[in-house]
Amino acid sequence: MKAMRPEDLLHPTPRGLYCPPGDFYIDPVRPVNRALVTHGHADHARAGHHSVMATAHTLAIMAIRYGADFCEKQQAAVLGQTISVNGVEVTFYPAGHVLGSAQILVEWKGIRICVSGDYKRMPDPTAETYEPVLCDVFITEATFGLPVFRHPHPALEIAKLIRSVADFPDRTHLVGVYALGKAQRVIRLLRDNGFAGPVFIHGALKELCDYYEASGIALGELRAATVAAGKTGDYSGGVVLGPPSAFNAPWVRRFPDPLIAFASGWMTIRSRMKQRGVELPLVISDHCDWEELTLSIRDTGAGEIWVTHGREEALVRWCELNQIRARPLHLIGYEDEAE
Amino acid sequence: MRAFAELLEDLVLTQSRNRKIELLLRHFRECRDPDRGLAVAAITGDLDLPSVKPALIRELASEVSDPELFRLSYDFVGDLAETVSLIWPISQAGDAPQSLGEVMDLLSRASRSTAPAILRDLLDRLDASQRYAVIKLATGGLRIGVSARLAKQALAEFGQVDIGEIEELWHGLTPPYTALFAWLEGRAPKPVSLALAPFRPVMLSHAADERDLETFDPAEFMAEWKWDGIRIQAVGEGGTRRLYSRTGDDISRAFPDIVEAMNFEGTIDGELLVRDAGGSVAPFSALQQRLNRKTVSAKLVREYPAFIRAYDLLRDGNEDVRALPLPQRKERLDALVATLPQARFDLSGPLSFATLDELRALRENPPEPVIEGLMIKRLDSAYVAGRPRGLWFKWKRDPQVVDAVLMYAQRGHGKRSGFYSDYTFGVWRGDELVPVGKAYFGFTDEELKRIDKFVRDNTVERFGPVRSVRADADFGLVLEIAFEGLNRSTRHKSGIAMRFPRISRLRWDKPPAEADRLETLEAMLS
Repeated sequence: MKAMRPEDLLHPTPRGLYCPPGDFYIDPVRPVNRALVTHGHADHARAGHHSVMATAHTLAIMAIRYGADFCEKQQAAVLGQTISVNGVEVTFYPAGHVLGSAQILVEWKGIRICVSGDYKRMPDPTAETYEPVLCDVFITEATFGLPVFRHPHPALEIAKLIRSVADFPDRTHLVGVYALGKAQRVIRLLRDNGFAGPVFIHGALKELCDYYEASGIALGELRAATVAAGKTGDYSGGVVLGPPSAFNAPWVRRFPDPLIAFASGWMTIRSRMKQRGVELPLVISDHCDWEELTLSIRDTGAGEIWVTHGREEALVRWCELNQIRARPLHLIGYEDEAE
Repeated sequence: MRAFAELLEDLVLTQSRNRKIELLLRHFRECRDPDRGLAVAAITGDLDLPSVKPALIRELASEVSDPELFRLSYDFVGDLAETVSLIWPISQAGDAPQSLGEVMDLLSRASRSTAPAILRDLLDRLDASQRYAVIKLATGGLRIGVSARLAKQALAEFGQVDIGEIEELWHGLTPPYTALFAWLEGRAPKPVSLALAPFRPVMLSHAADERDLETFDPAEFMAEWKWDGIRIQAVGEGGTRRLYSRTGDDISRAFPDIVEAMNFEGTIDGELLVRDAGGSVAPFSALQQRLNRKTVSAKLVREYPAFIRAYDLLRDGNEDVRALPLPQRKERLDALVATLPQARFDLSGPLSFATLDELRALRENPPEPVIEGLMIKRLDSAYVAGRPRGLWFKWKRDPQVVDAVLMYAQRGHGKRSGFYSDYTFGVWRGDELVPVGKAYFGFTDEELKRIDKFVRDNTVERFGPVRSVRADADFGLVLEIAFEGLNRSTRHKSGIAMRFPRISRLRWDKPPAEADRLETLEAMLS
C-alpha cells in the first residue's frame, strides 16, 4: 500500500482547505456542503454553507452577522472533545484569537494536521486561552510574519490611550477597532486598566458587544455614539469606538476636532500610521507577533509547516533556517488588512 | 533620550502646524539643556556626526539578522532606520543613557573604527523608539514634517520674541543653543552675534487688492517687475561671504558662481535667477535644478548659470542703511552693483508710469514670461523687517486657468477627515485623461460636501485612502483650475507640472468632453 501523505488528508482548493476522506472544508471561501469554521471573522466564516460545525460562540456570532438561518444544519463543537466526521477525527482547541475561536485538529490513519485559523498568545480576558496542539503538520497564518513585529503588552498600549484622554480632554478620542474581538478587547482593556469614563460605540459594534456581555465578559456601561451633531463637550473625557470603515463615512463628521487612534498590529509601522491619518497608534493585535509565531511552530513539534496568508515568504525562510520543512499554501480569500 | 524619541513620534503623527508648535513648546519647557537645544539642531539639520553613515547601520543589521529576513523586512517597512530599530534583538545590556546629550557625546567622539562598537552598544541599551531616534539622528534627515523655519517659529513663541530676531541671530549660534534658551527664558541678555556676515530679517510685501489701489497715488510709489526666482540675501563682511534664503538658511555652497562674484562689503536683497543659453531669464524650472543641493557640479553651474537681480540694500560697507528712504538705498545699491561682475549681478530697474492705468497696462503685458507681476513700493519706506502694512505691495498677474476633469480623490486629515478633499485632475490627450496636478483648496465647506458626495456616488475603484472617480467624455466633474505657471516635468506622466494649482470654480454645468486638452497646456509652456 502506498504511504499516506498529509496532502491526502488536507489540501488547498479554490474553495478553501479540503479534506477528501472526511468530505469537509475548513473555513471555505465559497458555499460548500459541509464546512468546519475556526472563528467568526467574515473572511473565515461565510454564509451559504449547507452544514456548519464550529464552537457554540462562533455559531452564535455567525447567526448575529448573517441571521439565524445562515445554514441548514449547525453542529456545535465542544473544545477538547473529539468528533468523527466520515471516519476522520476532528477536535477543536482554543486559539485565543477572539471569543469562540478555535484551532481544528484533523486526525486520520495516524496523521495529525492542526489548522490554527488565526491565533494569538498574548493575555486576553475576552477570548479562550490558546493551547499548543501537538501535530505532524501545523498550518499557520503569517500576518505579522516578519522579525520587525514585536507586539508590546496590551496594558502598555491602552495606558497611552488613557493618558491621552487625560491630556487632551477637549478632543474626541476616536478609536478604530474591528467589530468582532478587537472592540470588546479594547473596552475590556480600558476597564481593567482603570478607565472609568464613558465608552461610546458605533452602532455596528452593539450586537457583538451585547453578545460578549451576555457570555459573561463584563464591558461596563456602553453608550451609543449617536449624537447627531456633536458639540465639544458631548464626548469629552470619553472614548468613542467605531469600525475603521466608519472613519471614511459621514459618521465621523459629528465629532469636533477628533483625535484618531487605531488599535492594530499594523500600528508598529509608521507608514501605516500615516496612511490612515492616525495620531495615536495602539499596537493591539489579535494575531501573533514574530516571536509568538516561531514559538508556536516549535511548541507543536510539527515536522512540516504550511503557511496560509500574510508574510509567508519570511516565515518559510525562518523554518528553513531552523531545519523545518515549510511551504506556502497560497490560499486566496483571506485578508490581513482587517486586523 | 526618551523625551526626544517621544517628541519625534509625536511630531511625525501630527498634521497641524499649531499642534507641532505646541509639542515643541512643551519639549522646550520640560526638557533641560543641552537636550532641548540638540533636539532643535536635529530638526534644523545643524548636527553632524561624520563617523556614522547608513552603510554602518546596514552592516550592524546584518550582524543581528539573517540577510534574507532583513531584506524582506526592509522591503515591507520601507525605511532603514525604522527596520533596524524594530528588528534589533532585545538584550539586557545595562542602563540606557538618560539624555540626548549623553548619546550625542558618545557618537560625536566616535571615530570610524570605534563607531561600530559604540553604536552597537547604544542600540543594545535603548528601546525601539529610541533606537529609531538615534539612527535618524546619526544619519541625518529626520523627515518628520518639521522645517527649520517651524522650529525657529516655536523658539520665537517660546521666548515671545519675533521670529526675525531668531533668524538674525541664528548663524552666530551653535548647538545646543544654551545662550539662546537663557535669553528666551529671560535669564540672560540677548546673545550678541559673533558670526561674520549674519542674516538680517527680510522685508515682505502684502498682496495688493482693489481697495489699496483705490487710494493709490502714483507719485508716492515706485514699481518694478516681480521676477519668478527665489528671494535671497547676499552678505559680504570682512572677507566672509554668505548667500541666504529668505528664511535665513545658508545656501552659499549650492551657488559657488555667485559667491565667487560677491566682492563687496554690504548686504544686498534681491532675486536669485538663472540665465538661459540666450542670456534671458530662464523659467523657474531651470532655477529648480540648482536648489536644495548641498554642493553643485561644474556641469550644473555651466548649464544653469545663476545671477542676482538686486533690488535693495541693507548695509553699505559697514553702514546700516535700513532706515534710509528707498530712493537713497537704491542710489547706493546702483553704485555698489556697478562695481560687481555684470554676469552675476544686475539691477531691478524702476518702471516708468504716471497713472494707475499705465501701471495696469504694464502688469497685463510684461515683456518676459518669467515675470510674475509687479512690486509696488512706497518711496518713503524704510527697510522694515517682517510684513509691515502699507509699504510694499505685490500685484501679481491674473492666474492662468484651465478646465480639467476630476480623476482621483483622497481623504483629508484633521478637520477634513471623513471628506474626500484632495483632488487629482487631468486634461485630455487623445481620448484619454492624463493627470496634470493636484489641488486641495479653493472651495467652500458647502462645495466640499457636494464634491465629497459626488466622489462617493461615482467611485470606480479604491486604493487605500484614494478613490478613482468616474471621468469620461460624457460624465464627470469639471474643475476650473487656477495656477501660477507651468514647468516641464519628467516625473509626471503628462510631462507638465503646475505651480500653486487651486480650484477656482466648480463647473457642474460643463461636460468633461469640453475640458481642456494637453496641447493647450503645452502651448502655454513656451
